[in-house]
Amino acid sequence: MSSFISFLINGISLGSVYAIIALGYTMVYGIAKMLNFAHGDVIMVGGYVVFVASSTYGLPIWLSIVLSVVVCTVLGITIERIAYKPLRGASSLSVLITAIGVSYFLQNAALIIFGADTKSFNSVVDFPSISLMGGKVIISDETIVTIVVCILVMVLLTTFINKTKTGQAMLAVSADRGAATLMGINVNKTIAVTFAIGSGLAAIAGVLLCSAYPVLSSTTGSMPGIKAFTAAVFGGIGSIPGAMIGGILLGVIENLSKAYISSQLSDPIVFGILIILLLFKPSGLMGKQIQEKV
Amino acid sequence: MSDIAMKNDDILLSAENLSISFGGLKAVDGFSVKIKRGELYGLIGPNGAGKTTVFNLLTGVYKPDMGSIILDGKNITGKKNTEINHEGIARTFQNIRLFSNLSVLDNVKAALDERYGYSIFDSIFRTPKFRRIERELDEKALSILEVFDLDKLAEYKASQLPYGQQRKLEIARALATEPKLILLDEPAAGMNPQETAELMDTIALIRREFSVTILLIEHDMKLVSGICERLTVLNFGQILCEGETKAVLNDPEVIKAYLGD
Amino acid sequence: MKLKYKKKSLRYALITYAMVLAFYMVCEVMLRSGFMSSLMKGLLVPICYYSMLAVSLNLVVGISGELSLGHAGFMCIGAFAGAIFAQTAGAALPGWAELFIAIILGAVIAGIFGFLIGIPVLRLRGDYLAIVTLAFGEIIKNVINVVYLGIDSKGVHFSMKDSLSLGLEPDGVTIIKGAQGISRLPRNATFTLGIVLLIIALFIVLNLINSRHGRAIMAIRDNRIAAESIGISASKYKMLAFVVASAIAGVAGVLYSHNLSTLQSSSSNFGYNQSIMMLVFVVLGGIGNIRGSIIAATILTILPEKLRFLDDYRMLIYAVVLIVMMLFNSAPAAIDFRARMAAKFARHRNAGEVEDE
Repeated sequence: MSSFISFLINGISLGSVYAIIALGYTMVYGIAKMLNFAHGDVIMVGGYVVFVASSTYGLPIWLSIVLSVVVCTVLGITIERIAYKPLRGASSLSVLITAIGVSYFLQNAALIIFGADTKSFNSVVDFPSISLMGGKVIISDETIVTIVVCILVMVLLTTFINKTKTGQAMLAVSADRGAATLMGINVNKTIAVTFAIGSGLAAIAGVLLCSAYPVLSSTTGSMPGIKAFTAAVFGGIGSIPGAMIGGILLGVIENLSKAYISSQLSDPIVFGILIILLLFKPSGLMGKQIQEKV
Repeated sequence: MSDIAMKNDDILLSAENLSISFGGLKAVDGFSVKIKRGELYGLIGPNGAGKTTVFNLLTGVYKPDMGSIILDGKNITGKKNTEINHEGIARTFQNIRLFSNLSVLDNVKAALDERYGYSIFDSIFRTPKFRRIERELDEKALSILEVFDLDKLAEYKASQLPYGQQRKLEIARALATEPKLILLDEPAAGMNPQETAELMDTIALIRREFSVTILLIEHDMKLVSGICERLTVLNFGQILCEGETKAVLNDPEVIKAYLGD
Repeated sequence: MKLKYKKKSLRYALITYAMVLAFYMVCEVMLRSGFMSSLMKGLLVPICYYSMLAVSLNLVVGISGELSLGHAGFMCIGAFAGAIFAQTAGAALPGWAELFIAIILGAVIAGIFGFLIGIPVLRLRGDYLAIVTLAFGEIIKNVINVVYLGIDSKGVHFSMKDSLSLGLEPDGVTIIKGAQGISRLPRNATFTLGIVLLIIALFIVLNLINSRHGRAIMAIRDNRIAAESIGISASKYKMLAFVVASAIAGVAGVLYSHNLSTLQSSSSNFGYNQSIMMLVFVVLGGIGNIRGSIIAATILTILPEKLRFLDDYRMLIYAVVLIVMMLFNSAPAAIDFRARMAAKFARHRNAGEVEDE
């Protein structure tokens, strides 16, 4: 029982990271209607920035994290401006392939700059773990921080979207881009803001991911990126609460199947559950079913 | 009077009490109609009255919550749209739906294919049967296109045609499935008076050439009064009035629904 | 009324076959006269299977209009089906017979999997379909990666734990060793075989496209509701395209496994990145353009090798080339620019022709 609880809590923690990444996927999908395959690689960039800032230049951790968020935000806006914006109006497949190109670019640029050897990442949090149930369940400091950050991100993001003008503009563009343009909303700016927020979140996810699994290489972000994309679809792509729930569920399923079934089969199990879910709810848990008008 | 004139044996389509609602809103409520073989029947009504929804119910795009559809004595209620086409109902769409990347010829051939098919084996190995049937399909498709004066444009992409000809091609494609009943959804939408007049001739022509029964949705009153024998007026999903065209168009309720109070 | 489309599609097919044959002959001449580098020699069979994969994926993505991100999974199934056969019943057969049966087996088994996977997948639309194909591709790769398969006098033994739990008799042989895969494969695939298989795949795909079946598949792609309204069953024809594409990918997999001495179901061999690479071939070659798929697959297989002198910068440049080509091909502004240039060019030419008339 106690081991089950610790597997569960670790699953929620891993799921929280997926959820933060999935938010980026789902927001960009909802607003720009594109699958940003390079999103996972922004996580990796976020991890490297913290690593270099704190280990190489000895900056304090909080400053490194801020720096990482800033760098990723700028990176997100730049990628959007150079690679995706010119393709607005082109087929979604063209945008997808361009995003794949951007993903290759980021991975290989990181490979050249930081080398092929994996870096060991020092955790950014350092306080004692918590023991529960008389020491049977130990929750690590990273786990706690990850879950708290995830809740915080969710609250802040929801408030931002519901209470600010930019947030409302994002909702409007997501619902109907054409109508939003007619209402005087600057669609290009809104999409840029979405990329900025998504990439900033990716930086935070990168730091959390590298703290929990302290290795860093140029492909660190790709598998979590794919998992988070799965989580976003699981929850209903385009839906923010869906991304959150999808991410956490995915993390829990992954961790429990690693613990009780097979570590090698955890990915097939996660993907298998996604397939089964989509058969019964073709647009995910919280996604809206859109019927084509005839 | 019309009840006496209608003998049961020459009724092609009989819809009884069709209803469907979307999220609590009754889009169509208790729609019934009897269309005689060879008739040209009109379905009119203000925007949002549920006319296209009736078409979607008749063609199996939506399944009715209630009611039945009998085509030529056969109950086709609840069948899928592909099956209903094979039973003998074809249609056009309000917003034109062509196979835009296929040639004009292939748009019509695609409709013929399901009736004059050959197997996948014939396709891959180009058997003599493949060649023969393809040749026949070409001839058949061209002869249908000729009726609509589209045969010279057979090898253009469907998306390259001007609007009016795209509408004609959609009708040609529907006729290629050799239907007993064809449903035309606002065939004159977006046409100028000249084109509308031509369209009226075309509709009269296909009735003769293909001996098909026609049910059409239309806004253009001139077209409706010029060619339809009988009408049903739909308002807020319900039948407001039905009967001979002239009588219906002079009905005060109908005038009120169209012009407002 | 004379129709020209038959001539056109025949010409397209003939040019495509001729192109493949010309490539084959040039390579053969270079091989025999010793002009070909060993690096290039090693790429000949991969060019064939990548071309087959690109052509078959184009049938799904371009002709049927469904974004599949799991094509490598079908290749994986074909590869393992072929390799298992080579290590078991096929081991006693002469090389050509072993290959022939392995190819048929790879096509049939991958086709069956295509059918089974197609049932749930083809009910979904757009991006949901894409993620589910990706999921299936990953499932196939990961599951095969933990399979242990052995054979002894008592029959076939199967396990998903380790070699020991197969419980083989002393005379038994382990065929698949989990992540270590299948080793000591015959390596009897040749460039000539690859070209023959590519031509067969082309023959099937091109004939399919230019038939009533292709017409139906494309009609559904262009407008599903209209296609159903004229009696075309969308699920049936989508399935047809998906199964044929899977079977061809399976054959490509057989070719792949017969070109290696060890076959492993690793991420670098059959992961989603491989599926994405195939998609890049298809998109750069032109969606729906079968000939373009072969050209793109060939160039993009050779290009990274030719860029080896750039060392670490190789894949970076590949990425930049990919982005720039996509922007040039698909950005609305670039398309406008190209159209304006073409119009300008045409005006100049017309101005020149006036005097002739």
